[in-house]
Amino acid sequence: MTDLNQFREETKQWLDENCPPTMRKDAKGIKPKHIDEVWGGRNAKYKNPETKIWLDKLGEKGWTMPTVPSEYGGGGLSKEETKILQEEMMAIGTNSPLLSFGIWMLAPVLLEYGNEEQKREHLPRIIKGEIRWCQGYSEPGSGSDLASLATKAEDMGDHYLVNGQKVWTSYADKADWIFALVRTGPKEPKHDGISFLLIDMKTAGVSTKPITLISGKSPFCETFFDDVKVPKENLIGDLNRGWTIAKALLQHERKFISSFGLAGAGNGSGSSKKDLIGLAKSHYGETDGKIANDFFRAEVANHKIKEHAFGLTLQRAGDEGGKASAVASMFKYYGTEHNKERHELMIAASGKAGVAWDGNEFDESEKNLTKSWLRTKGNSIEGGTSEVQLNVISKRVLGLPS
Amino acid sequence: MKLILNEEELYLKETAKNFAENSTPVNHFRSLRDNDDPQLWSEDIWKEMVALGWSSILIPEEYGGSDFGLTGICAILQECGKTLAPSPLFATGVLGAYALTHFGNDAQKSEYLPKIASGDITTAVAVDESNHHNPSLTETSAVQDGENFILNGKKTLVVDGASADIIIVLARTSGNPGENTGLTMFLVDKKDLEIKKLSMADSRNYANIYLDNVTVSKNNILGDIEAGGDSMDSLLDVGRIAMAAEMLGSTEAAFETTLNYLKERKQFGVEIGSFQALQHRAAQMFCEIELTKSAVMGATKGADENSNDLQRLASLSKSIAGDTFHLVSNESVQMHGGIGVTDEYDIGFYLKRARVCEQIFGSSNFHKERYANLSGF
Ligand SMILES: Cc1cc2nc3c(=O)[nH]c(=O)nc-3n(C[C@H](O)[C@H](O)[C@H](O)COP(=O)(O)OP(=O)(O)OC[C@H]3O[C@@H](n4cnc5c(N)ncnc54)[C@H](O)[C@@H]3O)c2cc1C
Repeated sequence: MTDLNQFREETKQWLDENCPPTMRKDAKGIKPKHIDEVWGGRNAKYKNPETKIWLDKLGEKGWTMPTVPSEYGGGGLSKEETKILQEEMMAIGTNSPLLSFGIWMLAPVLLEYGNEEQKREHLPRIIKGEIRWCQGYSEPGSGSDLASLATKAEDMGDHYLVNGQKVWTSYADKADWIFALVRTGPKEPKHDGISFLLIDMKTAGVSTKPITLISGKSPFCETFFDDVKVPKENLIGDLNRGWTIAKALLQHERKFISSFGLAGAGNGSGSSKKDLIGLAKSHYGETDGKIANDFFRAEVANHKIKEHAFGLTLQRAGDEGGKASAVASMFKYYGTEHNKERHELMIAASGKAGVAWDGNEFDESEKNLTKSWLRTKGNSIEGGTSEVQLNVISKRVLGLPS
Repeated sequence: MKLILNEEELYLKETAKNFAENSTPVNHFRSLRDNDDPQLWSEDIWKEMVALGWSSILIPEEYGGSDFGLTGICAILQECGKTLAPSPLFATGVLGAYALTHFGNDAQKSEYLPKIASGDITTAVAVDESNHHNPSLTETSAVQDGENFILNGKKTLVVDGASADIIIVLARTSGNPGENTGLTMFLVDKKDLEIKKLSMADSRNYANIYLDNVTVSKNNILGDIEAGGDSMDSLLDVGRIAMAAEMLGSTEAAFETTLNYLKERKQFGVEIGSFQALQHRAAQMFCEIELTKSAVMGATKGADENSNDLQRLASLSKSIAGDTFHLVSNESVQMHGGIGVTDEYDIGFYLKRARVCEQIFGSSNFHKERYANLSGF
């Protein structure tokens, strides 16, 4: 107990000395507006130089992944210490600025399936935000039926030769490395011929082409592999055993995506003008503190009640110690459907401004909401569609026959 | 607040599970119904429950109880809900025990709590007066007459009203219908009341109660005079949470029965559970049930840990339990095909039970509106 108290004191002091002023609450307790959301990597750009300072400081400590052992660049903290770190960071109103597929998806499977050199090579660079990763799973002919993937890697003795195409690769044009599923066993049954390969995007023969989305943005790409030579040490796990790793990684991805279900949900009372209730009250008006449109108010109540229960379910899963895959599919399904519903309600609450696109007649938050709403449509597709999650639940949790 | 059962609660749940499966399988309820049992619950079964200590879980130790808390008794109700086990546990073990413990004066506690614990009396709460739950609309009047009050009015769908010895009646001592102030709770003996037993879709014990110039001593006021609106509200919240727990148990059982049927019934040469149209609906029900479990657990733990958000948690759990039981009871009947609408098969019992439970202490809509009010939108 005293050790933990000491850790808390040291953490407080370290945060106080190292967290730059624009990365934390100001004297009035106002949350920082200046933390850029950064994805790190070789080409990272920072609007606020203090974001970079903060990321470097956290990276040195390994505190972007506090529980990872320190020999791999992590914080080497226990669960209790991690909790204290989170509490103390929350207390000064700061957080890690780093967004990262490396942290959310790759690092956990490297820890589980990577060999010693691979862990020492890749984990520190993920944790410091030096390398930005993208995910090469889907292909034009292989989406939900991922295991049918065709991108092939041939054993050329001292390297693998990769040929094929990936699609919907988020941020492939900005990423430094890709973790890709490739077919190494063309004659084996489809699940038994897949390997998990790490590929440097700078390698000759790798190219990307952005795809424009309904939101007008183009965060994802087609990724082409044309006679790409990949060193053999970039194979994670055993040859033709990549499917197990692929599935493990999907669990981490799903867990992460499902957290959208509560992100930005607000505390329920319309404390922010931009959350659902705030929008409803400002656009429909209020009578006695109630949203002035009864039908809409009822829809909001339904939604908020589900949200409350979903939040309690995440908490309960944590308290129970989390029964991995079943829970991941349920949370992915429910969280993303819920997030879509919230955005539908937010644009409906905003009325005409909820479908604003461009120009000076609407303010930025209105135009952004339209784009966010469109972005949420991908939530129930990426990382395995809602229908696929329901398949997983019915087969693996409920034991229904194929 | 940790959303898992502690050791004591797990033990109670396990005991209740065994009891429900062995002593009160659904056939127990069926035979009470088929035999037109006047009480629709069995004295013998209740005696066994009392012997297991269930009637005294919410009662303080000094009055012969174990004071295990709402989470404990709700774990039991959930198990009883699975086999639709009828008993006075809800109206007596939860409502009566809670009301007297929290609002009774010393004399009332000494008089009634040991008798509730020992199973010597059962209780009921008479609050609603029309077809929709809304305590603030109470019209039943209580007019002071010296040392007594004279009560007049009518109460509807009183759970266990046809058997309870002592009935807690909410009446208006001042003000007008629509106001939550001016209300007072009275302890009334059944012999002073005109009780009309109701026949409801779920074949459980309910009554309408008529009060025709009933004289009640002022010593029988429960809690403070004129404070009955708020007291009743917290009593009802505990009742709502307990009812949600029982409904959750029934929902789980209906779902499990249906899953088993999906794995066993064959059409087109395959198990019907292999049809994706049914699989996805089953998976969606699974998610709703998981959310309901969390809401009920959040509410029972909230009650035991004196959460200041208890009203919202009560409305959350009752509305979600209502919606989920509604969905699952409908889907269960549908997925059974023709057999699902026969009296011989148990699944229909769950459908009928669901709709009656939805009405008890506020429907899902009542609680969604209340949740919105409490949340400030
Ligand atoms: C925003 C976004 C980001 C993404 N980022 C990445 C990324 O970084 N890397 C990457 O590799 N991929 C990425 N993806 C791709 C994503 O994983 C796939 O889109 C997804 O797996 C679905 O595949 P598909 O698009 O081929 O659709 P399909 O599989 O063709 O599905 C079409 C429809 O059929 C349904 N369907 C398919 N199979 C079944 C079944 N067995 N039962 C019932 N219904 C079924 C689906 O649910 C869907 O409704 C991203 C997608 C989106 C939207």
